[in-house]
Amino acid sequence: MLNRFMQSRLRGMVILALILIILPVFLSNPFHYELVIQMAIIAATVVGLNLLVGFAGQISLGHAGFFGLGAYFTGIATGTYGWSSVPALVVGAITVGIIAWVVGRPILRLKGHYLSMATLAVGFIIAIILNNERAITGGPDGMPVPALDLFGWELSTFGSYSLFGLEISGVQAWYILASVVLLLAVWFAQNLIESPIGRALRSVKGSEVAASVVGVDTAKYKSLVFVISAIYASVMGGLYAHFQGFITPAVASFEFSILFITMVVLGGMGSTFGVILGAVVLKLLPQVLADFQELETVMFGLILMLTMIFMPKGLLPTLVAVVSRRFGKKAGGEA
Amino acid sequence: MTALVEVKGLDKAFGGVHAVEGVSFAVEAGQVYSVIGPNGAGKTTLFNLITGLYIPTKGEIRLNGESTAKLEPNQLAERGMCRTFQQMQICMNMTAIENVMLGRHLQLKSTLFTTLFRLPSLRRNEAAARKRAAELMEYVGCGEYLDTEASAMSYGALKRLEIARALAADPKVILLDEPAAGLNAVETAALEELIRKIADQGITVMLVEHDMKLVMGISDRLLVLNYGRVLAEGTPEEIRQNPDVIAAYLGG
Repeated sequence: MLNRFMQSRLRGMVILALILIILPVFLSNPFHYELVIQMAIIAATVVGLNLLVGFAGQISLGHAGFFGLGAYFTGIATGTYGWSSVPALVVGAITVGIIAWVVGRPILRLKGHYLSMATLAVGFIIAIILNNERAITGGPDGMPVPALDLFGWELSTFGSYSLFGLEISGVQAWYILASVVLLLAVWFAQNLIESPIGRALRSVKGSEVAASVVGVDTAKYKSLVFVISAIYASVMGGLYAHFQGFITPAVASFEFSILFITMVVLGGMGSTFGVILGAVVLKLLPQVLADFQELETVMFGLILMLTMIFMPKGLLPTLVAVVSRRFGKKAGGEA
Repeated sequence: MTALVEVKGLDKAFGGVHAVEGVSFAVEAGQVYSVIGPNGAGKTTLFNLITGLYIPTKGEIRLNGESTAKLEPNQLAERGMCRTFQQMQICMNMTAIENVMLGRHLQLKSTLFTTLFRLPSLRRNEAAARKRAAELMEYVGCGEYLDTEASAMSYGALKRLEIARALAADPKVILLDEPAAGLNAVETAALEELIRKIADQGITVMLVEHDMKLVMGISDRLLVLNYGRVLAEGTPEEIRQNPDVIAAYLGG
């Protein structure tokens, strides 16, 4: 039984890895790569947010704030102070984690709408600070961010590299990095969910009372998952800053927070691979609907509402249920 | 010897209503101690006070001699107190066995690092916890549901699952709030058997229950509540013959 469990854990990872390996065949120009890399970075952020929203049942409408903090920490540390990228990402993650802990401790006592409002406010405050501290952040005009350097090895989207004798472009190298990061993000999330800590997190969503009487310190675990999801956002924000090469306070905006939440809800709260699908769909949608750009926010709102009404479990879990029902019927017919 | 659970002058008021008023009693280790009384007598409120879900207005509760006044429910669980609920509290977002494994939470200390990298020590502990949870599910009689989603289980099976979860915490004292409510005669007989087995293991059982046949047959001592006050306290025999109890509750 445990064996089957293990296999099913790995199955999702293997499928994701295969998709990431095969995908470049269909990517014919740098713009495609750019889109997919952004997708992967945002998908990894949303995998982290899903730990908080989907598994522990707590809401955050300000998660772009942490994403933005991570982006700016990296941008300022590497750009202004000449740090190398890896320490910038690590120290940024620790700093954002501490901020999330300090902020999360009091506000996670709130539930439902009150928690939504509090996290919304946190996001707004971060965005306002990034907008106003011109001397440090460049204000609304944004700031340039140097290329990513991994232990002295610079990874620029304009560069060209050789990998095992194969000539690859900068975006292709970035694609490989983003894929590895996404797989790692999924692996950590899966490991976390299927552990005593993960059960404690899920019990906070399932029944806080039940959790507390079997010894789960619910306040501690809420803070912990809030911090973990903020760290995910921070690291991904830092990578995003390096990849884009230029950031503006829009990375911490309310619209971005809503986009994250919509990805979680659409893809499937509590489904790691579901929220990745959510990120892919919502990142592709604006490309398809480029003519209706001004209606983008309306679209997201509509998707959020329709999903909650008609697919409360989300896209992937609903699809899986439909397919397995079909499949089951077919097998029954043949028998 | 000191009592395992000791309650002194306990008082809980909701607004002007005293749900529990001046209640004192003591439960010795190893006893089956039942709390009975008509609806609204304050039985569940008493349990919520003992397990730290409510804060008393007045009075004191001691667990193993230690005052529980400043302790959260999870800290009481660390000291060996566990319970089930009249309105079942099951995590419907998990499978049956995961609910029971949640009960092992306190025994499964793992660091974030071990967890994120799923190191062998974590896998070993998880496998052991799963084995123990499966045994407990067998023990309470819902062994056939191991990997069933909790949301797909019947009411009776969930009631037993809740007991398995409480037992998974290796409690010293387990509080069962109306475990027989909604069960048929066969299920109630099985429950009686189960409570006996739990008590025989040396676990102290506190029970709120309406089924008088069950309570009288199984309890070492009983506490009778009426309008939040203690009406009587004693062995089943004493309670049966107490004129106040007969008048107020047994409908004499």
